Amino acid sequence: MKKEDLPQDKGALENFTREVCYVKGKDGKYIAGLSTGWETKTVALDKQWEEINRRVEKAKKNCLAGKTSSIRYYFELQLMDMSVLAGYTGFFQWQIKRHMSPSVFKKLSKKKLQKYADAFNISVNELINFNPS
Amino acid sequence: MSDFLHIQTAHCENGVTVGLLNKQGLQFMNEPLAFGLGSGLFYIHIPFLKINGGPAISFRSMPGSIFKRTCKTLNVNVQRKKFRSELAAEKFLDDRLDAGDIVGCQVGVYNLPYFPVAYRFHFNAHNVIVYGREGDNYLISDPVMETTTILTREELSKVRFAQGALAPKGHIYYPKTTPIVTDEMIRKGIIKGIKHSVRSMLYIPSRITGVRGIKHTAKKISKWRKQLGERKAGLFLGQIVRMQEEIGTGGGGFRFMYAAFLEQASERLANDSLMGISDQFTKIGDLWRDSALQMSGIYKGRITAQSDFNKSAEILFEIAELEKKAFKDLSQLNL
Repeated sequence: MKKEDLPQDKGALENFTREVCYVKGKDGKYIAGLSTGWETKTVALDKQWEEINRRVEKAKKNCLAGKTSSIRYYFELQLMDMSVLAGYTGFFQWQIKRHMSPSVFKKLSKKKLQKYADAFNISVNELINFNPS
Repeated sequence: MSDFLHIQTAHCENGVTVGLLNKQGLQFMNEPLAFGLGSGLFYIHIPFLKINGGPAISFRSMPGSIFKRTCKTLNVNVQRKKFRSELAAEKFLDDRLDAGDIVGCQVGVYNLPYFPVAYRFHFNAHNVIVYGREGDNYLISDPVMETTTILTREELSKVRFAQGALAPKGHIYYPKTTPIVTDEMIRKGIIKGIKHSVRSMLYIPSRITGVRGIKHTAKKISKWRKQLGERKAGLFLGQIVRMQEEIGTGGGGFRFMYAAFLEQASERLANDSLMGISDQFTKIGDLWRDSALQMSGIYKGRITAQSDFNKSAEILFEIAELEKKAFKDLSQLNL
């Protein structure tokens, strides 16, 4: 890629930083060029976020319908996977899966709820009284 | 601390390597050289594993390996430490900084306040340099950013103890000694680095790594539309493009960076054939960019027929053949 071909499109890095890309300068030697973004990959990132939002919406619906516990919603909202939530709470992954069922969630002790609240950086109250914005 | 110079690089680990070694007096170090000495170029398509619900593909070697190999090849003695307790990790860091050292820290990006929200995933193999502190404010040089920044004690501890895959556990590392590096050592390191890359791209007996890994992905792509449906298949392709082109790769899945390394290698070894192979990698990088464009047509929903998926697969097959040739050429050089 030549320096003049380096895309300077808008992207999520705007106002944060430009990124280094290796490009050929005028004399045919490699230099580090700075790019604001490339539309091709910006769309890929946007699509990924559409997918995340879709998953969050689904979790919200299921939670409001009583099909899953609010743990599921915050889990999706904060882009977690099982190993992340297990790491922050100290629970095993199979325990977390159980706690995502509303009937089990209802019976969780204050102490366990606190662990989830800490992991999600919210209050226990927000966790129990599910009221998403 | 006062004589620390922030250097922006494409990739965080290269950047930390360059920053730490520069501080040790190895002024010749730059990103492509660190990347080549550390044999950073790779390809792997990990089966079964999903990242953010998409395919797990990487265009570079294991996190940590570039720094490790580059230091080893230059005889730089590295001290590293991981911690159970956050307090112990904080104390160790403070002691090092107060002694005037600068250190590399592995961090998770999800809670990194100076990152754009759209980039804050639970990715735990990011690296930054901590080059000093003013009380509870830590001076951070994040190599992918244009400028330095500051994290508070709480913010830094939080990202140093991020959880999930590749959890950093407070991982801290820094060169212990200032070595004397001769030009001869650099030349030998370059040759060693090239040979290692040849081996990992051509001769690992596995279908999912190196050149064969690229073909493996190509074969998968032609099946995705039928297996997953257009929407999900598009997301999968988007994931490949992000791994290949996102901030950190230098463009073209690190291939341009490798071409830049070979250009330097050609000068240092006074070998014109290396320049020719550098040009091959430039073409390969360009082709990766073309492949990204083709894939984007699919996830934008502009072209979604099976033939379009096949076209994507064909480009990857072509790339695989070109990389095979380039690495074969490298292996046949009499270095």
